[in-house]
Amino acid sequence: MRAVFMVSALASILAVALICLFLFAGGIPAIGKIGLPEFILGREWSPGDIPPVFGILPMILGSIYVTAGAVAIGVPVGIFTAVFMARICPRPLYRLLKPAVDLLAGIPSVIYGFFGLVTIVPLVRELFGGNGSSILAASVLLGLMILPTVIGITESAIRAVPEELYDGAVALGANHRRAGFRVLLPAAKSGVLAGVVLGIGRAIGETMAVIMVAGNQARMPAGILKGIRTLTANIVIEMGYAEGLHREALIATGVVLFVFILLINLSFSALRRRGEK
Amino acid sequence: MNYTLINLFFKAGSALRRTARRSAAFARRLPRRIEDAVFRVFPWLAAIFTFGALLFLIGHILVNGVPYLRPSLFALEYNTENVSLLPALVTTVFMVLLSLLIAAPLGLFTAIYLVEYAKRGSRLVRLVRVTAETLSGIPSIVYGLFGSLFFVSWLGWGYSLLAGTFTLSIMILPLIMRTAEESLKAVPDTYREGSFGLGAGRLRTVFRIVLPAAAPGILAGVILAMGRIVGETAALIYTAGTVAQIPTSLLASGRTLAIHMYALSSEGLYTGQAYATAVVLLVLVVGINALSAALAKRIAKG
Repeated sequence: MRAVFMVSALASILAVALICLFLFAGGIPAIGKIGLPEFILGREWSPGDIPPVFGILPMILGSIYVTAGAVAIGVPVGIFTAVFMARICPRPLYRLLKPAVDLLAGIPSVIYGFFGLVTIVPLVRELFGGNGSSILAASVLLGLMILPTVIGITESAIRAVPEELYDGAVALGANHRRAGFRVLLPAAKSGVLAGVVLGIGRAIGETMAVIMVAGNQARMPAGILKGIRTLTANIVIEMGYAEGLHREALIATGVVLFVFILLINLSFSALRRRGEK
Repeated sequence: MNYTLINLFFKAGSALRRTARRSAAFARRLPRRIEDAVFRVFPWLAAIFTFGALLFLIGHILVNGVPYLRPSLFALEYNTENVSLLPALVTTVFMVLLSLLIAAPLGLFTAIYLVEYAKRGSRLVRLVRVTAETLSGIPSIVYGLFGSLFFVSWLGWGYSLLAGTFTLSIMILPLIMRTAEESLKAVPDTYREGSFGLGAGRLRTVFRIVLPAAAPGILAGVILAMGRIVGETAALIYTAGTVAQIPTSLLASGRTLAIHMYALSSEGLYTGQAYATAVVLLVLVVGINALSAALAKRIAKG
């Protein structure tokens, strides 16, 4: 039986190896054919032209813009909510709010996307004009979607801070709130950062919700009220009919996304390790 | 990577740090009264925003969706007339069962190996941990891309239930593994020592003593994984495909409820039905997650 257990343990190693192998084998040749600078820094994506042009800078920037917007909205709200839950809210309220955060985390991304499509997009259209599907709409929606990640990790980081720090701050004359924000939150810094990084990972990797509200135009970003296409959206939208070099270029888009995510995960585990020390 | 891009990253990083330092300095100079007001008001505002948004989302979908929950939505056959969600629901059940059939034993056995057999901190254990962590960070569209390259094209399964199942199994593996590992670790060593003391071997101890004690936690993880399968879209579009009928074989394509939901809302013709489908999907996922949380709570109480 020991052998069976051990072979099972090899499954996840095998899975990662296969994923890397197939993604890189499928995508790297296309990058070679297109040329790395032309692919990553190319400002035009026109797979239908003759000859086709494959530059994914618009999508890279699209992913970065939308993620930055999500962080700008989700992180402050998330951190304040986390402090609220860890130190401020009354106990009976907490018993309601904790499951609510889990609920927020459990809602499928299609439902978020649909919700964004029927509420946020029309709201943006009415408030600011344009057709509503925009960087702004995607940022708001993604900001909402990363909230549970940021809240969950930040809250447990704050709770992990030794109570003596709080007592010391209060003894030195800080009030309850000030001790929370000026002493506990800075002490939990690396945990909070880990939460933010994980949230960034979520936002960059999010696909369906973004597709439904971001407009998906494959061009350089033209303002936060204009549509944008992310790396993830590029894959889903065109993979269905792409062939030849076009298909390989989409796989290469996946490779770029994968590398982004690996970098983010590396910094996440580095931060968490620092937090444990 | 390109030099300009790396430079860009560095510049962005230092700019970010500069702004952070400046805003910290600014905050230090902020008069006390304003600061206190900010600390008093903002947490409440943030909490109201967070939970208000959640309530609004759920309320909006329920209010607009429940009136459209008509019997025709649950017809046995899908057609453009009734846009029935029943075939998608059945496909979802197949998908959940098949994926768990693969991922649950694999994840559980891995956890057993890590906790009960392997030397702590051995190279293999570390490698398994690192890969599992990597897997849990990969976005679902990358799984979808991989599934479409490997299972659909390379193994030649085409868009099929089987390709979707295998893709999802890899995706939920780290989740099942981690929860199972934690539940096994939570079983006190005295149980194992008692079992060994009574003459049981390692295998018997694992199956008769440790597993029953850890069962609720393991089950909670498995149920959580069910929730993820039900809600998954991006990993399935290019592996299981989008055919709207109940698949007749493992190699037939079929859409799960989440994909059905995406198809309805992107077609834009059946808004009411899309709301109703969202209600069903939401209730299903929330119910599954609540079940898992209830189980996990029971263990915490002991």
